[in-house]
Amino acid sequence: MRYMLLIYGEETQQDDASDDAPEISPPWLEYTSWLLREGIHSAGERLATSSSATTIRVRDGNRLVTDGPFAETKEVLGGYYIIDCEDLDKALEAAARCPAAFGGSVEVRPIIGMPAPETVRAANTAG
Amino acid sequence: MTSAGPSAETNAAIDRAYRDAYGSVLATLIRFLGGDFDAAEEALADAFATALETWPRDGIPTTPAAWLTTAARNRAVDRIRRDKRQAEKLLLLEREAADTEVAAMRLGTEGGLADDRLRLIFTCCHPALALDARVALTLRTLGGLTTPEIARAFLVPEATLAQRLVRAKRKIRQAGIPYRVPLGEELPERLDSVLATLYLVFNEGYLASTGDTAVRHELCAEAIRLAALVAELMPDRAEPHGLLALMLLQDSRREARVGRDGSIALLDEQDRALWDRAEIARGVAALDRGLAAAARLSHASVGRYLLQAAIAAEHARTVDGRATDWRAIATLYQALARVDPSPIVELNRAVAVAQAEDPAAGLALLDEVAARGELAGYHLLPAARADLLRRLGRLAEAATEYERALSLCDNDAERRFLRRRLAETRG
Repeated sequence: MRYMLLIYGEETQQDDASDDAPEISPPWLEYTSWLLREGIHSAGERLATSSSATTIRVRDGNRLVTDGPFAETKEVLGGYYIIDCEDLDKALEAAARCPAAFGGSVEVRPIIGMPAPETVRAANTAG
Repeated sequence: MTSAGPSAETNAAIDRAYRDAYGSVLATLIRFLGGDFDAAEEALADAFATALETWPRDGIPTTPAAWLTTAARNRAVDRIRRDKRQAEKLLLLEREAADTEVAAMRLGTEGGLADDRLRLIFTCCHPALALDARVALTLRTLGGLTTPEIARAFLVPEATLAQRLVRAKRKIRQAGIPYRVPLGEELPERLDSVLATLYLVFNEGYLASTGDTAVRHELCAEAIRLAALVAELMPDRAEPHGLLALMLLQDSRREARVGRDGSIALLDEQDRALWDRAEIARGVAALDRGLAAAARLSHASVGRYLLQAAIAAEHARTVDGRATDWRAIATLYQALARVDPSPIVELNRAVAVAQAEDPAAGLALLDEVAARGELAGYHLLPAARADLLRRLGRLAEAATEYERALSLCDNDAERRFLRRRLAETRG
């Protein structure tokens, strides 16, 4: 079976700042290394803080773009795509075509580039 | 008479350059620095500081904007050079430098860097930014208003506004909001967002319930200047002309809008001699350009700003209020209700119908609006009902509605007006 671990936590202003110069802190490095050693790691990324999120909905053929991650209270996370686009406009264009945008909502959140798993693996083997 | 010394003269020149060129120079710098607002602001601040030192000594440059662009660009490159980690960025910048040089030369000659300002306005008004962030960013970057000025205008603590600006710039950078003018299908949606932001700035200055009059006036002037800029840069789009016309026509009534006792004077009570005829002429000219542009567009539907401007123009061109063409106004409101359905538009249409036909016809429409309940809590609904009831001679009912309006209204000028009317009704 494949499972997704959804990571929740409180955000602080330090989190905002660390988005600009991302570093893997020791507990996360350790955890990622452990997943790799166990051979159960298939993918993982760090998201930028919610203040850089944009939510898009399509209603009556009109796109509604809002600042922030705000889903309606009855909306729950149902899946994800990772896309690679030139800028937010392109990403929003792609998000607006997603079936979930009609009736539900799609949150567009940047992924913070982190050292590739290979680097982590190398660091781990070296240590 | 003592003549102004050279330093007073250069100070005036620097002030003028700040007012006239801040937005366009910043826009160019942001592009040059790959969308980095903070670095651009810092570099421009450096350039102004340098100007304070060198202009009194070397004289005022012929094109201050071009001078500032070059100086700021050099300072930005110096800063990056000092930071070795940014070596890659430096290469990229040097490749663009020649291009900016050419652009800087054009500044002040043919309105040059229009594209940069347009890019900047679309970035600042991106719908992925919260509306209050769009407003603050637009006024700070394009308007060149200072953070304390904007904080005063919106009655928020300076620290709150500064934080809002930091967050907005962070979101632009972090989320990858592009620094460009949107094309094709995207344009109408994005243009709407720009116009809505500018209209909000204007209304904050025009309708404001509290605050410093001078600061408020500044907001209106800034909104008008930016709307004129968008209209000038996108002459083929109809709505920017419409918004500009609407703002000018509303602003032309500023002096007549508040009576001597500080209460709001309704349109039919205003001293029309106080209306600014020159501003009305500019507004009507913008309206005509907008209507011509709408007629040229293939899917020619007249948008909400043009329609509202057309309504404002009907009032503005009538010197004697009694001659107002209320039938034309009611028809325009009907068209507006189709383009931009809202209970407020219905309320205004009801008032126009009351004038065009009779108060009872207007009251019937108002009752329909009231029945839908969307405007519960909005003081202008009971105020409008009160007025029509008063004119129908139903004074006791009118008094009740004035009281309800008073309980819902927190604008001092409007409250004074309502109290005056209530007293008349009881009198």
